[in-house]
Amino acid sequence: MPIKKSEAGAPVWMHRTPKTRLLMWVGWLALVALFVFCWQVMTKDTIWYFVADAPRQAADIGSRMFPPKLDYMNELWGPLWDTINIATLGTLLAIVMAVPVAFLAARNTTPSIRFVRPVALFIIVSSRSINALIWGLLLVAVIGPGVFAGIIAIALRSIGFIAKLLYEAIEEIDETQIEAINATGASAMQRLDYGITPQIMPAFAGITVFRWDINIRESTVLGLVGAGGLGLKLQASINVLAWGQVTTIFIVILVTVMISEWVSAKVRHSLI
Amino acid sequence: MLRVENLRKRYRTGDEALKGVSFSVPAGEVVGLIGPSGAGKSTLIRCVNRLVEPTDGNVFLNDLNITQLGRGDLKRARRRIGMIFQEFALVERLSVMENVLSGRLGYVSFWQSFTRRFPQADVDKAFALLERVGLSDHADKRADALSGGQRQRVGIARALEQDPELLLIDEPTASLDPKTSRQIMRLITEICRERNLPTIINIHDVPLAQAFVDRILGLQDGELVFDGPPSELTESVLTRIYGEEDWTTMRGDQDDGEDGRSARLIKEAPAELV
Repeated sequence: MPIKKSEAGAPVWMHRTPKTRLLMWVGWLALVALFVFCWQVMTKDTIWYFVADAPRQAADIGSRMFPPKLDYMNELWGPLWDTINIATLGTLLAIVMAVPVAFLAARNTTPSIRFVRPVALFIIVSSRSINALIWGLLLVAVIGPGVFAGIIAIALRSIGFIAKLLYEAIEEIDETQIEAINATGASAMQRLDYGITPQIMPAFAGITVFRWDINIRESTVLGLVGAGGLGLKLQASINVLAWGQVTTIFIVILVTVMISEWVSAKVRHSLI
Repeated sequence: MLRVENLRKRYRTGDEALKGVSFSVPAGEVVGLIGPSGAGKSTLIRCVNRLVEPTDGNVFLNDLNITQLGRGDLKRARRRIGMIFQEFALVERLSVMENVLSGRLGYVSFWQSFTRRFPQADVDKAFALLERVGLSDHADKRADALSGGQRQRVGIARALEQDPELLLIDEPTASLDPKTSRQIMRLITEICRERNLPTIINIHDVPLAQAFVDRILGLQDGELVFDGPPSELTESVLTRIYGEEDWTTMRGDQDDGEDGRSARLIKEAPAELV
């Protein structure tokens, strides 16, 4: 207890006890030691000549990247359309699969906390633990290169994200509204429709639009592993050292992401 | 007619919320249920429609034993029991009309309720009820756009939309200001008498209960310790229900406060300032 009696008998209040202070000091010391150790591991294999050379190399690539080769745009409209489709269709597919998973994972709607909920949580964790790029790598190997592999990769990665945030929203609903709907003699499906859905709609809209926004960004790089979209063009341009084209692709990605962020902000604002 | 026999509730934590409560409420009688926080008032009315499952005892609505019903029959029985809540418990993001119509959920199919195609008779009734509670201009507003008093009126309309044979009311005025509280209590008691409904109202505000209800039940630590008309609610009875307190002060305030001392003070104040 941080409250003690002084010698005069008046209570003395301290934010932390001496023991906590000592523990915190030891904790900080351990952190510093860890940092020093990691720094040594990290720099052991570094070739300092290359590091010293870095500014010159960066300036070199930078100078090759300018001016951007703007007429390359004509070849980018197709891949750009693919990228947007990968993100959008992937998100839609993910929503279809994530919503049931979310209801199975939420404590207050799952049919069985002991058996069904762990399965749903496992689906969520396994989907979230693997990056879209890795999913893409696996899927290109399984179903071949192209846009379809990209869509599935985005969908598989997004299920966990959407389901996790959605089931947290379901667990936070106001139970008295559910109680009131129950008291009218409503069935379980009517309870879902009148009691739960209206309460989670704002969260649902926010989550899905936010995920779509993330997916636009992720799908721009999926092409690096052969899953279609702008990434394919990016890889091709880097391989032939066409730095002017790379710059154009960067600009396209930047503008697309800006637009998608603007759209998602607008949608979220109008729905909440 | 509601009849409760020897109702007991023991929570899984071991707390005994109700220790064998028996009473009956004839049609058209408005009963105020008073008692300290934690006495089991909420549990008692939730045991009647089994939002809380009673451990033992019987609840009869007319001749139907509610405690014996299976799931499907319980749903059908709940349609006949209207409930009004302390924090209104409206579905905040649905419109006033949808909230009132949700009182019909037990009567329509899922598809009808999902597409919001309620029978015209239900919609007519909803409009009539909104008119009755004084909200006919607000049918299309979202529930969260209304004030507290208006929301509780929607809650009343939703309960009545069920065509109830019994009303259970849990602290209807606890979130409302004194004037609105009186208006809501007046509305509830008027409607109950119009429709000849047996009604139980959980209420903390003893003077408010005395002013509006026909009969008072006093619940203390899971047991009924008083059952009688409001006029018999003497200081010794209040002490039995709530424990030792200076009850005369509360009553004194009540008598003068309405249109007496406090109102005059406000009017006189500017004159003194001048």
